[in-house]
Amino acid sequence: MTTTSEPPLQLTAGEQLVRPSTSLGVFSRPRGDTGWKSWLFTVDHKRIGIMYGAAALLFLVIGGIEALLIRLQLAVPGGNVLSEDAYNQVFTMHGVTMVFLVIMPMAAAFANYLLPLQIGARDVAFPRLNAFSLWAFLAGGIFLNTSWFLGGAPDGGWFGYAPNSGLVYSPSNGMDFYALGLQIAGIASLVSAINLITTVLNMRTPGMTLFRMPVLTWMLLVVQFLLLFAIPVITVALFLLSFDRLFDANFFNVAAGADPLLWQHLFWIFGHPEVYILILPAFGIMSEVIPVFSRKPIFGYPFMVFSGIAIGFMGWGVWAHHMFTSGMGPVSVAAFSLSTMFIAVPTGVKILNWLATMWGGRIRLTTAMLYSVGAVAMFTIGGLSGVTHAIAPADTQQTDTYYIVAHFHYVIFGGSLMGMLSGIYFWWPKMFGHKLDEKLGKIGFWVLLIGFNLTFGPMHILGLQGMSRRIHSYAADSGFNLWNMFATVGSFVIAVGVLLFFWNIGVSRRRARGAPPVGPDPWDARGLEWMTASPTPTHNFDRDITVTRQDEFWHRKWRIGEDGKVTRIARSEDVAHDGSATDVHLPSPSYWPVVVALGLPLVAYGLIYNLWLTGLGALVILGGLYGWVFEPPDDPEAHAHDDHHDADPSDDSGNGASGGGTSTNGEGGPDSGDGTRQLTGAGVAGGPSAQATEEQS
Amino acid sequence: MTDVADPEAAMTAAPATGHETPAHPPTTTGMSHNKVAMWLFLGSECLLFGALISVYMFAKSRLPAGEIGPNDVFDIPFTSVSSFVLLMSSLTMVLALSALTRGEERGFRIWIVATALLGGTFIAGQVYEFTVFYNLGLGYTTNIFGSAFYTLTGFHGAHVTIGIVMLMSALVASLRGRLSPRNAETVELIGLYWHFVDIVWILIFTIIYLFPQ
Ligand code: HEM
Ligand SMILES: [Cu+2]
Repeated sequence: MTTTSEPPLQLTAGEQLVRPSTSLGVFSRPRGDTGWKSWLFTVDHKRIGIMYGAAALLFLVIGGIEALLIRLQLAVPGGNVLSEDAYNQVFTMHGVTMVFLVIMPMAAAFANYLLPLQIGARDVAFPRLNAFSLWAFLAGGIFLNTSWFLGGAPDGGWFGYAPNSGLVYSPSNGMDFYALGLQIAGIASLVSAINLITTVLNMRTPGMTLFRMPVLTWMLLVVQFLLLFAIPVITVALFLLSFDRLFDANFFNVAAGADPLLWQHLFWIFGHPEVYILILPAFGIMSEVIPVFSRKPIFGYPFMVFSGIAIGFMGWGVWAHHMFTSGMGPVSVAAFSLSTMFIAVPTGVKILNWLATMWGGRIRLTTAMLYSVGAVAMFTIGGLSGVTHAIAPADTQQTDTYYIVAHFHYVIFGGSLMGMLSGIYFWWPKMFGHKLDEKLGKIGFWVLLIGFNLTFGPMHILGLQGMSRRIHSYAADSGFNLWNMFATVGSFVIAVGVLLFFWNIGVSRRRARGAPPVGPDPWDARGLEWMTASPTPTHNFDRDITVTRQDEFWHRKWRIGEDGKVTRIARSEDVAHDGSATDVHLPSPSYWPVVVALGLPLVAYGLIYNLWLTGLGALVILGGLYGWVFEPPDDPEAHAHDDHHDADPSDDSGNGASGGGTSTNGEGGPDSGDGTRQLTGAGVAGGPSAQATEEQS
Repeated sequence: MTDVADPEAAMTAAPATGHETPAHPPTTTGMSHNKVAMWLFLGSECLLFGALISVYMFAKSRLPAGEIGPNDVFDIPFTSVSSFVLLMSSLTMVLALSALTRGEERGFRIWIVATALLGGTFIAGQVYEFTVFYNLGLGYTTNIFGSAFYTLTGFHGAHVTIGIVMLMSALVASLRGRLSPRNAETVELIGLYWHFVDIVWILIFTIIYLFPQ
C-alpha cells in the first residue's frame, strides 16, 4: 500500500514519452473505454458507482423475493409454504441482504458517483482501492448467497446472536457463510471509508471549504467515519464467531464460562452506528432534493451539518437499547434509555429543517421530490415508534414483537430506501443522460407508498397484540389473521411498485434514444455535479472550479437582488462545462483490484471446506498485491485524454444522447486514437530524458 | 487553468487540487493522500485492538476457578525482555528514516535490517512462548482464557509480521535503487505503522501480563 506513493507521471503535449513499455513484464495494462473489460478493470469512480448501484438493485430483487416468501408463509394461520428450517434461513438472509447488500452498497453507489463531483474533484484519492472495494463487496455478497446451494443459508437472524449461532444450535455451514461473507463485505466498506474520507479531506477544489460542502457530502463523510470505527468491532465479533465454529474456540461456549452478552455488546456497538450508516446517506440525498424542488436553499445549513455530526457521535452511546431485556442491570437500562431519547433530538432537528425548507417554497412535485417528502413522512413515523421503545418498560412489552419489525421498516424502507429512490430519480439524468419517466415514476411512488403502509402499518398492531417476530406460523385463534393478510397483500403491492420502477428504467432508456439530450442541469439544481455535461464525462470537469460560496453553481445562474428578487443571470449550459477538455490526467485501469478481491472468497471457502483452498486464495491475494504495488498508478501509454489542447468543440454533441450503461465521455473517437498514437510513438523514442523519468519511478 | 466566477475571488482562493502541477498534486490538507489514509487506517485499528483487548478482559474474568489461567503460564521476565526488544525496534526505525531523509543509503539499510531483525526476534519469542504455554497445558481450545489469549496476541503477532514484510520490501526497494530521500514518505508511513504496533504491544503487555488478576 505504501510503495505506490509515487505521484502520477505527468505527460505534457509535445513532450516525449520516456517510460518503458509495460508495468510488469508480460502483462500489458487494460485499455479502452467500451466493452465488458472496460467495466471489469475500470478505476473510474462513476463506473464503480454505477456498478455498485446495479449490484444493489440486483440484491434488492433477491431480498425482495425472500420477503415475499416470508409474507406468503404468514398470510394465513398455520402456513406451510416454508418449513421451519427454511423459514429461519429466509428471514435471516432477507435481513442480511437488505442491510449489507442493498442499502449499504446503494449508499456506496451515491458516494462513489457523487462525492468526488460534489467537491469538484477528478476522482477519488485511490482509484484502484475503490475498484477493489466494489469487487470485494460483490465477492462477499455472492459468497453469502452461494450458501443456498451449499447445504443451507445462515439461519441465526441478521444479528447472529451467539451462542445461538454457534455449532450446537446452528450446525449447518450457514453461519460460517454469514461470518465470513460479512467479513469480506466489511473489508470492502473499510477500504472504501478510508478512501472516501481521504478524498473529502484532500481533494476539494479551490475554495471548497468544509462548510461550503453540500449536505450530502457531509452526511457521506460522517457515514465513512462511522464505518471506519464500527467495522473493526464487527470484524472482531465475526472473527470470534468463526474461531468458535471452525477452530473450537470458547468465546461463546457457555459451558466453558462464556457470557452470551459478549456477542450482543459487540454486535450492537457496531449495530447502532450501523443504523445511522443506513439512514444518513438518505438524509443527505433528501437534503439535496428538497431545496432544488422547493426553489430555496436548504434551511439552516449549519444545523443540518451539526445535527448529522451529533448523530455520528451520539450513535455510539445508545447501543444497549437493543438489550433492555437481556438482564444487564437497571443502571445500564436507565442510562441507555435516556441516551436513546436524546438521540431523537438531532434527528428531529433535521425533520424540522426539511419542513422549513419546503415552507413558502415554490414546490415542484417531481418523482424525486415525492420520494423525498414520502421519506421524511415515513421516517418520522419510524422515529416516533423508536422513541416509544426508548422507554425501557414499554420496550419490555414491544421487544421481539412485530412492533419492532414495523419500527425498523419505517426507518429503513420508508426512510433509507425511499430516500435513495429519490436520489435515483434525481441523479439519473446526470448518470445516463436522460430522465426517468415522470408519470410512471409518480404512479410507482404512490403504489410503493400505499403498499408500504399496508404492509408495515398493521405490524404495529400485530406487535402490540403480542405477535412475536420470527415465528414460523401462528394459530388461527390468536387474533392475528386479519392484519397478517393485510400485510401480505401490501407486500405484493410493494412488489408491483418495484417492478414499475424497473419497467420505468427500460421504457425511459428506449425513449431516450434519439431524443434531445437533457443538458447538464435538467432540474435547475445547486451542486457542482450539475456543472458538467450529462452523462458526466470521464474526466468530470474541464477545468478546476473555484468555489466562493455554498451552492456555487446556483449562484452562477441566479442573482439575488437587493429587494430579494431572484433573477437569472446565465443559462445552465453557459455556466456548465461542456466536457470537451482533453488535457485531464486520468488514472489507468488495472487488473489487480479484481484479482485481490477474487482471492477473498477463495480464502473463505477454504476455511469452510479445505484449507488448501485457503492457501491458494492467500497466494492469489499476495500475487495480486505484489502486482498492484509494483504497478505505477498510471499507465503512460494508455492515456487517451492527456495532452490535447486542440479539442474540437463540435465533438461534445455526443455527450447527451448516448445514455444507457455504457456512457463514455464526449471526446472519445478520433481524439483518443490520436493521443495513443502520439504517445506510443514517442515511447519508442526514448533518448536522454529516458533516464530522468526512469529515476522517478 | 481555473474556472472563476469573479476574478477577485480568484486572487484570494487558495490553490489546491489543480492538475496544473501534477508532479506533486497539492492536496487540500497539505498532507499526502497516503499519509491521511494511513492515519485513518490506524484509527480504525485502534478499535480493532480495543475490541480484542476488551474481549480478552471479559473472557478472562469468566474463567472458571481451578482452570489453567494467566498466573499458571506467564513468564514476566521473559516477556519483558521480548517487549524491550520490540520497543528498541521503534528506535531503529526512527534511525532508518532519518538516515534515508539525509540520503545515507547504507545507514538506512543497516537500520532497516536491524528493525526487521528485532521484530523477528520478538516474533520468535512469541512462538517460543506459545510453545511453552502449550506444553504447560494451555491450548487454543483448552478454555476461554486460552482462546482469548492466543487470539489477542496472535492478532498482534500477525500485525508485526506484516510490518516485517513491509520493512523487507523497503529494503528490497532500496537495494534496487528505488528509494531516495524524495520518497522517504513511504518509509515514514511504514514507520507509523510500526510504531503503532509497538504501542499496542505496550498496552497489551501492561494490561494482560502485568495485571493478570
Ligand atoms: C429516532 C431515532 C431512533 C430511535 C429512538 C430508535 C430506537 C430503537 C430501539 C430502542 C430499538 C430496540 C427495540 C428492541 O429491540 O426492543 C430499535 C430497534 C431497531 N432500530 Fe431503531 N431507533 C431510531 C432510529 C432508527 C434508524 C434511523 C434505523 C435505521 C435506519 C433504525 C433501525 C433499527 C433496527 C434495524 C432495529 C431492530 C434491530 C433488530 O432487533 O433486529 N432505528 N430502535
Ligand atoms: Cu439502535
